[in-house]
Amino acid sequence: MSETATPSKKPNQTRSSLGQELMIPGLAVLTGLIIGAIVIVASGANVFDAYGALFTGSFGSPVKFIEGFQSFFSTGDTGDLIKAIYPFTESLVTATPYIFAGLSVALGFRAGLFNIGAEGQFFIGALCSAFVGYSVKGLPMIVHLPLALLAGALGGALWGMIPGYLKAKFGAHEVVNTIMMNWIAFRLSDWLLSGPMRSSGFRPVTPNVLATAELPRFFPAPLRFNLGFFLALLAAYLVYWFLFKTTTGFEVRSVGANPDAAKYAGMNIVKNLVLVMSMAGALAGLAGSAQVLGVDHWVGQGFSAGYGFDAIALALLGKSHPAGVVMAALLFGFLRSGATDMQSMAGIPIDIISIIQGLVIVFIAAPDIIRWLYRIRSIKTEETVLTRGWGK
Amino acid sequence: MTNVLELRGITKRFPGVVANENVDITLREGKILALLGENGAGKTTLMNILYGLYKPDEGHISVRGKQVEIHGPNDAIAQGIGMVHQHFMLVPVMTVTENVMLGIEPTKNGVFLDREKVAKRIREISDQYGLEVNPNAYIKDLPVGIQQRVEIIKVLYRQADILILDEPTAVLTPQEVEGLFKIIETLIKSGKSIIFITHKLKEVLAVADDITVLRLGRVVGSISPKEATSEKLASMMVGRDVNLVVDKQSAKPGEAVLVVENLFVRDELQHMTVQGVSFEVRKGEVLGVAGVQGNGQTELVYALTGLLPLEGGTIHLLGESIRHTTPRDILERGVAHIPEDRQRHGLILTFPIHDNMMLCTYYKNPFAKGITLQEKPIFSNAEELVRQYDVRTPNIFVNAGTLSGGNQQKVIVAREFSRPIELLIASQPTRGLDVGSIEYIHKQIIKKRDEGTGVLVVSSELDEILALSDRIAVMYKGQIMDILDANKATKEHLGLLMAGIHPSETQISK
Repeated sequence: MSETATPSKKPNQTRSSLGQELMIPGLAVLTGLIIGAIVIVASGANVFDAYGALFTGSFGSPVKFIEGFQSFFSTGDTGDLIKAIYPFTESLVTATPYIFAGLSVALGFRAGLFNIGAEGQFFIGALCSAFVGYSVKGLPMIVHLPLALLAGALGGALWGMIPGYLKAKFGAHEVVNTIMMNWIAFRLSDWLLSGPMRSSGFRPVTPNVLATAELPRFFPAPLRFNLGFFLALLAAYLVYWFLFKTTTGFEVRSVGANPDAAKYAGMNIVKNLVLVMSMAGALAGLAGSAQVLGVDHWVGQGFSAGYGFDAIALALLGKSHPAGVVMAALLFGFLRSGATDMQSMAGIPIDIISIIQGLVIVFIAAPDIIRWLYRIRSIKTEETVLTRGWGK
Repeated sequence: MTNVLELRGITKRFPGVVANENVDITLREGKILALLGENGAGKTTLMNILYGLYKPDEGHISVRGKQVEIHGPNDAIAQGIGMVHQHFMLVPVMTVTENVMLGIEPTKNGVFLDREKVAKRIREISDQYGLEVNPNAYIKDLPVGIQQRVEIIKVLYRQADILILDEPTAVLTPQEVEGLFKIIETLIKSGKSIIFITHKLKEVLAVADDITVLRLGRVVGSISPKEATSEKLASMMVGRDVNLVVDKQSAKPGEAVLVVENLFVRDELQHMTVQGVSFEVRKGEVLGVAGVQGNGQTELVYALTGLLPLEGGTIHLLGESIRHTTPRDILERGVAHIPEDRQRHGLILTFPIHDNMMLCTYYKNPFAKGITLQEKPIFSNAEELVRQYDVRTPNIFVNAGTLSGGNQQKVIVAREFSRPIELLIASQPTRGLDVGSIEYIHKQIIKKRDEGTGVLVVSSELDEILALSDRIAVMYKGQIMDILDANKATKEHLGLLMAGIHPSETQISK
């Protein structure tokens, strides 16, 4: 909100309700961790070891930080310091595609559309970026990288636009069509990876993208932290700006909140549905692009690891608000990234993180459980229409 | 005479509001108590307390002289209290019998539903109270008036002898209201006691034995209908004197703003519900469209505002055809539309008031510059309109859904009147509103007329049509039966036309 001298300022009430909105997810995460702890104890492991490993795996070990700084100041060697910040940056790396994909689903929700197709859009975006990344040669980075990103966004946008158009024109429900588009994307990528886009090597993967198409990394290897994370934050801000500060965003939110009133007010429903699905597709496509160009540099089979489906949970967790999605994506990034260490160091199966994530989602989806647990008085907040009836 | 139900000192607070404060209510056995109050006066909260849906913060309830605790609808039913909700709680795809037995299903051999037993009991209840209904009919096939009977049967089937009727006439046609009053009479004769919740003054005076008036959560007073007049009740409800008759000069009509010729429109289910309608609306006059609801008025308005396409005929707005155009184009030509269903079309309930106040003009200066919305003018516009149209709200940032019905309607009126308009189309402009809001909105409509706007008012309330119109068109089965001068029209004449009968024809047949 701009805090310029408006004739009337938003009242404090709005701020305290924001506090409330943050409190529920916060308590949901806490409760998820507590129940996760019970499960860990029940499975015979040590909770402190487990959560200790989770913490050092996602944020890094404070001891190593200190050692890293000491060796840096005494010898000027950055090696230890880089090792110390590795877990933290890896968490951010993991969070990057989550942010993009979460924004994709959240944007759909705002328009009353349920984009289950983020996974397929992710694949298409990744493949398009990879293709431009390895096949277009001789361009400087300043041209090549944006071109590769654009290809990903356009590929995803096309994949989102098709169900958007089918919905707007023929009333075909987007849930069915985005699922269909997912399968088309999966099989299409199988074919591309085993044929036209296959590299000369033994495995069915694409060639590596050229260095000019890679998202620049900020630290030497093994750190993979790259520009993608900041592009994701920029995307979140742009989505926020679009939804809440532009006339088209106002139309999108109106169509989502009450399509009859939107029509009454002279808004073009067809245009908005197609636009939103295209934008959602572009965002999910960029999730794939960021993963290819920033982290992996090639695309292989089963490349996505379910980012597009986790994105649905992220949008729910973030209440379809870009800021909420970023926070939810960071949470998932840290949990996922830390889980690897928890498994290797404390011997806790990585699935415990899935349990915690699942619990958090349940608590967010059914906030009355949290309100009941912690005796919080309920307040009415703006509800987002998730999806409307068939064919409407 | 005993008091069958007493509420004493009932107080219920919600965060920020006191919905009921120290409310006392007494229902005498075999009598009708009318509970009168504006929307938001606390009637519904009080009844929800009585029905166990809310727990009162203070006070107690006595049934037949015995203090009782009511923790939920089941307790209420056990005490013989039954409620007929304003919005029916029926399953449309089930039969009458199935709806009645829902929740207390008797079984044969412990497994199979005993529909026959229930149907038999329904027939007994029907005969006893004059509630004619076919137990095997599906709810979706029944008219609203009959659906209401099913609700009443549901309550009687559960052996209630204290009936709460929440705004029972809101959804009924005048004929159905007559029918309901007869049923109420029969119920009273067989010893039931009734609380009748309403904000319609005439009904109160027609049926009530006692009247209790609520305002702002408190009991303003209790009065017997013998001493009461419409004016007196209205001023008790609103807290000031209310002018129930709209003051207006005779119209000075100018040239035609809207000319409709031989219009045909299909509804959303593809039925041709408007069949060859022709009329015109001139500057500075109010054309009222009367008719029982569902005779094509809704689709007529949708066609005029671009929400439904024309199947045939022409519409000329200020001399130009609007046959192939969009709702936005029609808005931009200076048409204001107060829609029939304010929550479906008129407002986005989850948006703050300031956004609803610019819902149709958000893309224009000063609300938008280029593609960005301008908060400052949006806020100041809303502030100004809230003040000008007296919308009762804590501020312009609360969601429209938190306002009472009357204030929601004021938001729509304020928005639609805030841009330059040539034609006002007002569909059921005061449905479900309280006396104070009706008076206000009627005044605003007449003010627009006097400024030279052409006005089309569609209403199923004859009183409203008579109060506002200069000319009256009556619709029946998609056609206009006749267009009369308002000062020559009588209720009887209009009533016959609404039923599809030309008064001259009846004279001939005599």
